[in-house]
Amino acid sequence: MARVDAGQQDTEDGGLRPAIEVSDLWAGYNGQAALEGVTLAIEEGCLAGLVGPNGSGKSTLLRVILGLHRPWRGEVRLFGQKVDRARRLLGYMPQVELVDWAFPVSVFDVVMMGRYGRLGLLRSPIRRDREAVWRCLEQVGMTDLARRQIGELSAGQQRRVLFARTMAQEPRILLLDEPFTGLDATAQHDLLNLFNDVRAAGKTLLVATHDLSCVATAFDHAACLNRKIIAFGEPRTIFTEQVLNATFQTHLLLVNVEGKTYVSYQ
Amino acid sequence: MSAISDLAAYLTDPWASEFMLRSLLALVMVSVVCAVMGSFVVVKGMAFIGDALAHASFGGVAAAFVLGGNIYLGAAVAAILTSLGIVFVSRRSGLRFDTAIGVLFVGAFALGILIVSRQEGYIVDLFSFVFGNVLGVGQSDLVLIAVVGATVLVLVAVFYKELLFTAYDPAMAAAAGLPVAAMQYGLLALIALTIVISLKAVGIVLVVAMLVTPAATAQLLVQRLHLIMAVGAGIGILSSVVGLYLSYRADVAASAAVVLTATVIFLMTFLLSPRRGILGLRRPSILTKAEEGYGGPR
Repeated sequence: MARVDAGQQDTEDGGLRPAIEVSDLWAGYNGQAALEGVTLAIEEGCLAGLVGPNGSGKSTLLRVILGLHRPWRGEVRLFGQKVDRARRLLGYMPQVELVDWAFPVSVFDVVMMGRYGRLGLLRSPIRRDREAVWRCLEQVGMTDLARRQIGELSAGQQRRVLFARTMAQEPRILLLDEPFTGLDATAQHDLLNLFNDVRAAGKTLLVATHDLSCVATAFDHAACLNRKIIAFGEPRTIFTEQVLNATFQTHLLLVNVEGKTYVSYQ
Repeated sequence: MSAISDLAAYLTDPWASEFMLRSLLALVMVSVVCAVMGSFVVVKGMAFIGDALAHASFGGVAAAFVLGGNIYLGAAVAAILTSLGIVFVSRRSGLRFDTAIGVLFVGAFALGILIVSRQEGYIVDLFSFVFGNVLGVGQSDLVLIAVVGATVLVLVAVFYKELLFTAYDPAMAAAAGLPVAAMQYGLLALIALTIVISLKAVGIVLVVAMLVTPAATAQLLVQRLHLIMAVGAGIGILSSVVGLYLSYRADVAASAAVVLTATVIFLMTFLLSPRRGILGLRRPSILTKAEEGYGGPR
């Protein structure tokens, strides 16, 4: 897989435009900057991590890419197209804390919501949509629980339902906000397997997370974000003490034991 | 034989008069629309705003009463302006939503009291909107309830998918390109209209109970939004019939009797519901093969 550096936007080699292209993006809330000149290019078929501490702008960057938050300056292109024209290309999985698990909807209902953006106003789901929902439920192994109310599920099952909903959008690019939070090792592993399946199908994933070890072992690329891009590249290469300290500052503790560096995130 | 026919007569007598049938029809229509909109109110935790819009409408009722305008129109304008004002103030000021509600609805209610306090003499008509006077519902009231109520139900049916998605997950709905702001304002406007058509039948003070109680009872029994609407509507209708009948027999206020009937049904369901009732059996949590090893149930 070709190495892509932050800032590199050229398509002079005649290749395809990157799946996600962020150039000189400035954004924030109430005059307070959350992103300061972020430039990033992520290739198609890449599993990329977006790492940084809380408040580093990870969610803001995802929201700008989704077109939910208007940037002060700079722009986002998806396969060379502006976001408002390319919304259909995107699938989004929100932070689990933002989901109302007590809401009276079934697993099937939630996954069907992934189809609503495609359906448009006033149109009801047709057979094709129901088939797509079943396909996505099967992909995440949740067909048996399709009729359950979502609050009755375990943490790992809830995460797989959200992922199925993201897949029901039939996206080429998936944006996932903290998908690993609160999962045990098995559930995390299962979710990662799903990500790998999706990547193998040629889709692009951008995952905001502060799980460094997961990114280091399983991701193609990582972007270290703390309002600015501190580093971008293969996790192995860029996860140096210097970069991680600059990214996480006081939030991170690096412990060197017998030549290996252990990371603890606070 | 005569005992049976006596009993039948005892049960059917109240419905012989036209005004009782008119009252029943009004209550049934109102309780169905209230249960449908109340389902959104209950699942989104909007009971306070429901109560607030009802009280705010009093400002419009009083103004229309004094100016000789259409009382329903006055109520609708006041309720809708207040709901828009609440969203606007909370967005612009950064104050919490319920703070904005508290400030604005009491203001609109106080405006109503101020207007009424200048009136001398006969204001009994006005109080039929505060406490409800279903026996005073006339032909024109019925037509208004039917037309506006049907409009609300049709709009909910047409935009059900969007209302459900926006209520459940506004961020994701916006990302999917749905008109989230329009749906949120629209939901408030539909709740406001529901309150307006309920004013004569149940009154400002009690309308929040018609919105919340049947839908809350339904949520103890079923687990999907459209089922909560359907079961809530059934409970609303049952409360209307039983409550109106009891009010006739015991000679008490109809709106209070209907609301109390709904409250009793809620309490009985709360105690006995198989799913969440405190006396019912909880469904044992059996992990199936597919569920094992995924972090355990929450």
